[in-house]
Amino acid sequence: MRHIISLLMENESGALSRVAGLFSARGYNIESLTVAPTEDATLSRMTIVTRGSDDVIEQITKQLNKLIDTVKVQDLTDGSHIERELMLVKVRATGELREEMKRLSDIFRGRIIDVSDKTYTIELTGTGAKLDAFLHAVEPGAILETVRTGACGIGRGDRIMKI
Amino acid sequence: MADMELTGAEIVVRCLSDEGVEHIFGYPGGAVLNIYDEIYKQDDFKHILVRHEQAAVHAADAYARATGKVGVAIVTSGPGATNAVTGIATAYMDSIPLVVLTGQVPTAAIGQDAFQEVDTVGITRPCVKHNFLVKDVRDLAVTIKKAFYIAATGRPGPVVVDIPKDVTQHRCAYDYPASVSMRSYNPTGKGHAGQIKKAAQMLLEAERPMIYSGGGVVLGNAAERLTELVRLLGFPATSTLMGLGGYPAPDPLFLGMLGMHGTIEANMAMQHCDVLLAVGARFDDRVIGNPKHFAREARRIIHIDVDPSSISKRVRVDVPIVGDVAQVLEEMIKLLRAGTARPKAQALKAWWAQIELWRAQDCLKYDRDAPVIKPQFVIEKLFEVTGGDAYVTSDVGQHQMWAAQYYPFAKPRRWINSGGLGTMGFGLPAAMGVQLAFPDAMVACVTGEGSIQMNIQELSTCKEWNLPLKVILLNNGYLGMVRQWQEFFYEERYAESYMNSLPDFVKLAEAYGHVGMTIERPADVEPALRDAFGKHRDKLVFLNFVTDPRENVFPMIPAGKGLSEMILV
Repeated sequence: MRHIISLLMENESGALSRVAGLFSARGYNIESLTVAPTEDATLSRMTIVTRGSDDVIEQITKQLNKLIDTVKVQDLTDGSHIERELMLVKVRATGELREEMKRLSDIFRGRIIDVSDKTYTIELTGTGAKLDAFLHAVEPGAILETVRTGACGIGRGDRIMKI
Repeated sequence: MADMELTGAEIVVRCLSDEGVEHIFGYPGGAVLNIYDEIYKQDDFKHILVRHEQAAVHAADAYARATGKVGVAIVTSGPGATNAVTGIATAYMDSIPLVVLTGQVPTAAIGQDAFQEVDTVGITRPCVKHNFLVKDVRDLAVTIKKAFYIAATGRPGPVVVDIPKDVTQHRCAYDYPASVSMRSYNPTGKGHAGQIKKAAQMLLEAERPMIYSGGGVVLGNAAERLTELVRLLGFPATSTLMGLGGYPAPDPLFLGMLGMHGTIEANMAMQHCDVLLAVGARFDDRVIGNPKHFAREARRIIHIDVDPSSISKRVRVDVPIVGDVAQVLEEMIKLLRAGTARPKAQALKAWWAQIELWRAQDCLKYDRDAPVIKPQFVIEKLFEVTGGDAYVTSDVGQHQMWAAQYYPFAKPRRWINSGGLGTMGFGLPAAMGVQLAFPDAMVACVTGEGSIQMNIQELSTCKEWNLPLKVILLNNGYLGMVRQWQEFFYEERYAESYMNSLPDFVKLAEAYGHVGMTIERPADVEPALRDAFGKHRDKLVFLNFVTDPRENVFPMIPAGKGLSEMILV
């Protein structure tokens, strides 16, 4: 099962390596990991997307909790939540493709944020599945480069993770 | 105020004395010279100069195991830190409270591949409870306080504090906090009352109960509580290698150690019980063998542990109780005493009858009439001669198992060995740490000719401090446990397990200024031990027992097999 785990950590140097080290040392998967300071600069918020059986996920959350710098751990997949990922994709924009790419970008509510004679750079946000769908819609030869942030997530409604 | 400011080096030393540290183990070097200069100027604590950094950490570790206090070691940057890593990993695997201070190159040189630079925080990260790099002298005192706090509380463990050399020169006002609190670290103390009640109920319903305890009972100072609970219920008890002494081994309710080299009665009762109470233990591979085989029999499991991540890690449990083991046991005892319900007497009687049948197989028997010295016999005599009251440290291998099997420990913190990491070379420095903590106690290091050579240089440290410990070398000329596995599982192809060209251990001991003896006949075992602990009581005695080279440790559960699949003598 795919799980999205949210983590509040002390914003100390090395916090990220403790999390990454834990996953590699214990053989857990990381599908994606995003991290940035929160509005309280002493805290970092991490979103980790991982896969595993219920037993493995239980161990992952326990092991993350055990890290001394960890302030809070929440498995977002336990309740309803929203997740978003940002992708920047550079596509070929020559000849017929120039119009086609503009259209596709509009359909997926993307924004063209950089233009050159031969290329567009499109910014897209959404779930991972939506970003995948966009990439599938574009003919393979037209994609020049992609960058994805990995998912970040938040609980719906009154579900708040804060200290 | 300027005259009140201290250098970082002065702060380190002040912190240690304010923390009440009496002994630290270490080895100087460039990055820690400022700290050593301050150590030189004080006499609040003693510094024990070892001959290799690994030994400093093992000695501090054993000091902690024997006393319950936090052990302290100090090493320099680079090779000092890397040499310490085995010691740190050893302490981590057995959850031993340690603070290890490591020197680091000056902050400006970090990342420059400077002389004796290594990323200590990076290298030690997977084998510490936590670690710190102190970049600002103003953070130094509070970081050291945090290190002691983290090391000693919750599930204990080693904490590394990496201190760049310039930080030891910088000055700031000194203020050692009396206590420290961290929003990200709040170990659990009291167990959940509802869960404890459920557990007590389950114990009373048991028809074939079993109590299984581990190192957590020793570390959590819960031996008395455990003993009280076991006797109150009249249930059989077993313990892991790390838990020995947590319940008095000579007691008839004790079935001996369980696991790979556990007794038949302990392993069979563990496999066939219907209610299992696990206390401060973690169901590791050497204890339950194959978890699938273990799960074949239905049983309900109650698990008390201070570390939530130990619960349901290898085995699903029915009633988890997270908390300090001593506190939880105390609550449980209170509850059982307050209620009127008692254990099921009839069922318990039948269960004990079954256990006695297993026990009657006498799985620890060995040939007592052999013309050569049997290693088990040496341990039995060691027990007799020391009245069962010695601190016994060990290395890793067959001798370790024999010491665990044939020296019934009656008290906690007397059996000191590397159970988790299995570190050869642990025994001698460990014995030093114990002897320094308890100068008048009998301390024996049970070892093998392979293990002892991994830290034998410490005989020199022992001389410097006149440590009268006894080295009990069970010398079978083989890396015995390796040889045993090769005999059983590799068709007797003894690849590199024969220790050729052994030194003359008597001369070696004498060269270091100690007493050496070689004992070759069974009849000489007891007299030699009596001499060592009698007429040579004030000296380090190195007893080289030439033992049966083909003796094996029984019972044995082959790796990957289940608890009821033991190989017997």
